[in-house]
Amino acid sequence: MPTNYDTISKAHYRLRVGTLPLILLGLGLLIFAISLLDAHWRAQTLQAGTGAALVAELGLTDLALFTEARYTRHLSQADRHSAFQDHPLALDHFPSGSLVPPPERLRQP
Amino acid sequence: MIRLEAVNKIFNQGRPNEFCAVRDVTLDLYAEHATVLRGPSGSGKTTLLAMIGCLSRPTSGRIFLAEKNLSGLPERFMTEVRRKTFGFIFQRFNLIQGLNVLENVLLPAYPLAPDHAELQQRGMNLLEQFDMATKAHAKVEWLSGGEAQRAAICRALLNDPQILIADEPTANLDTHLAQEFMRNIGKLKAAGRTILLTSHDPMVAEADCVDRVITMRDGQIQEDRYVA
Amino acid sequence: MKHFLRRQRYLIDFTVASLARRMGKNLGLLGVYTLIVFLLASVMLFTQSLRHEASLLLVNAPEVVVQRMLAGRHELIPEDYLQRIGKVRGVAAMYGRLWGYFYDPVVQANYTLMVPREHAPVSGEVKVGHAIARTRGLGLGDFLSFRSAQGQSFAFRVSEILSSDSELVSADLLLVSEDDFRTFFGIEPGLYTDIALEVRNPKEVRKVAEKLTVLLPDTRPILREEILRTYDALFAWRQGIVFVLLAGSLLAFVIFAWDKASGLSAEEKREIGILKAIGWDTGDVIQMKFWEGALVSLGAFLLGYLAAYGHIFFFDAALFAPVLKGWAVLYPKFHPAPFIDGLQVATLFFFTVFPYTVATVVPIWRAATTDPDAVMR
Repeated sequence: MPTNYDTISKAHYRLRVGTLPLILLGLGLLIFAISLLDAHWRAQTLQAGTGAALVAELGLTDLALFTEARYTRHLSQADRHSAFQDHPLALDHFPSGSLVPPPERLRQP
Repeated sequence: MIRLEAVNKIFNQGRPNEFCAVRDVTLDLYAEHATVLRGPSGSGKTTLLAMIGCLSRPTSGRIFLAEKNLSGLPERFMTEVRRKTFGFIFQRFNLIQGLNVLENVLLPAYPLAPDHAELQQRGMNLLEQFDMATKAHAKVEWLSGGEAQRAAICRALLNDPQILIADEPTANLDTHLAQEFMRNIGKLKAAGRTILLTSHDPMVAEADCVDRVITMRDGQIQEDRYVA
Repeated sequence: MKHFLRRQRYLIDFTVASLARRMGKNLGLLGVYTLIVFLLASVMLFTQSLRHEASLLLVNAPEVVVQRMLAGRHELIPEDYLQRIGKVRGVAAMYGRLWGYFYDPVVQANYTLMVPREHAPVSGEVKVGHAIARTRGLGLGDFLSFRSAQGQSFAFRVSEILSSDSELVSADLLLVSEDDFRTFFGIEPGLYTDIALEVRNPKEVRKVAEKLTVLLPDTRPILREEILRTYDALFAWRQGIVFVLLAGSLLAFVIFAWDKASGLSAEEKREIGILKAIGWDTGDVIQMKFWEGALVSLGAFLLGYLAAYGHIFFFDAALFAPVLKGWAVLYPKFHPAPFIDGLQVATLFFFTVFPYTVATVVPIWRAATTDPDAVMR
């Protein structure tokens, strides 16, 4: 028979088990949205900086990402055959050679 | 209240292992009665119970609930009826492992999405009624047989169903707990519910609250006896 | 609508309670999943940023560079080629460039020596790139000695260190005066390494290149648009390489996730039967399973992506540094700036969240649609 509501103690009620994951997900989505905005905002305010000025001044043509082998340092200026120097006995053998393909132009006959 | 007309249930129809579980059963069940389906295993009582409770459909024949034809309903409406009208207590209780008692009891109401506080209150009230309030947050694996039985009853009663169906409810209980269970059934019947049980336990058929005992064998009704 | 949302919340409650039953295993799955997303997203964000940075920086590179070829190899170009080009229409300016490579055995690094057109250092002095200064521990006024082509020892005094934010293009540069350059490498006056041209009208560039090939048959023109396209393709290609390398771990994960998510155990089938018996219909069961897949994959995507974002843009891609450096001694220190390609992020999201969610829902379809009377047995 139904008991008096007052006698049910509040200690029986706990947070719903699905609440925490939902809150975490919501938070995650919010931060994700913020990251998209951050990227957008930073992209607008970014200037190429001194790098672009140097490029103009010196007439540079390549990024200095791989500096160990000459054929990967100036990718766009590489010799036709240097790009294929991946023979084990080749003198300048560097890992970047296997990561970097020769420019499109050189692969055409 | 529940009427069955020439109901048949055949499993694996058309295949070599075809098996007829219920054969041409016609039956009328009345409201606020406690009916027991007796019979050895394989007699079709569980299958019949499943069909009455909208858990499966008859291969042929019709089932009426308060003059409404159930057997032609699409699955969605069957579930609706099942949810609102029937409460189930299974032989092995069938509580969801890993969840606690309160969560198990509240499960039937999830698809109906009532207000959460109100639902919790309802669940707790039921548990109080059956002396399970202190175990509300215990995992169901740790319950004794009797406690699990009571939790199963609470779950069956959550949506306030008119008809309570129990399949072999005392099979996993000792005499003392079986008697207690039948007492609870008596109380529920007195409160206005219709009860339908299957059992091959004579103690169930001979309990005070039972109004009618239907004996089945080989999918057909052998005997239909009213006990006052 | 409110009812729908409330129902979803209840279904999520059940899903989370269900997942919490095997907390360790599910957290492990989430962890691995997040790691994979982290790696993929890191590579994606990094290469995007580099690619954009490259296009920004090199926008001022000369439109055409003319290189002389001798027997298929790059050869020094004589001064009178400048006069010959002078007649080509569309060329706004042209000048000979002097630059070359030098291998320094002390630090085992390749430097690029160059002669700037303006503000050239005086003879005996050198302007060094920031990375060189860093690697050799050079300050202003320090001396650098090299051995020239003739075997002589040359000493240069450091007069300026190029700024750090131009490191991406200037990390390995040594700027010297023309006389010093020629003496050091033994290049006679009247010869240049190549010739750079400025063409005002971008549409004219190809025409100019065509004319040059006719006019100077022993040269090849290198166009800036080709350079930019090369870098574009390069980064895309390299990105692909890393993805391929990750494919091994991806495959292992896919197998694991598929095994976990698909194929129902008897236990799961029974549970679905129970849920249906107590009043859940097929739609409820499927939605509940959907949430199971969606919560895990969405969580993994967000965690992995945000971790990658932080890794690349706040920690300057610290984990990639050793891979990218390779054997290079002079590695430019640069701070990737976030340029997000929405399409790539959307693709990553789609390929992360969608397959896993589907893999979770599809197997239960059959169980969810059958009648629950099996539960009664």
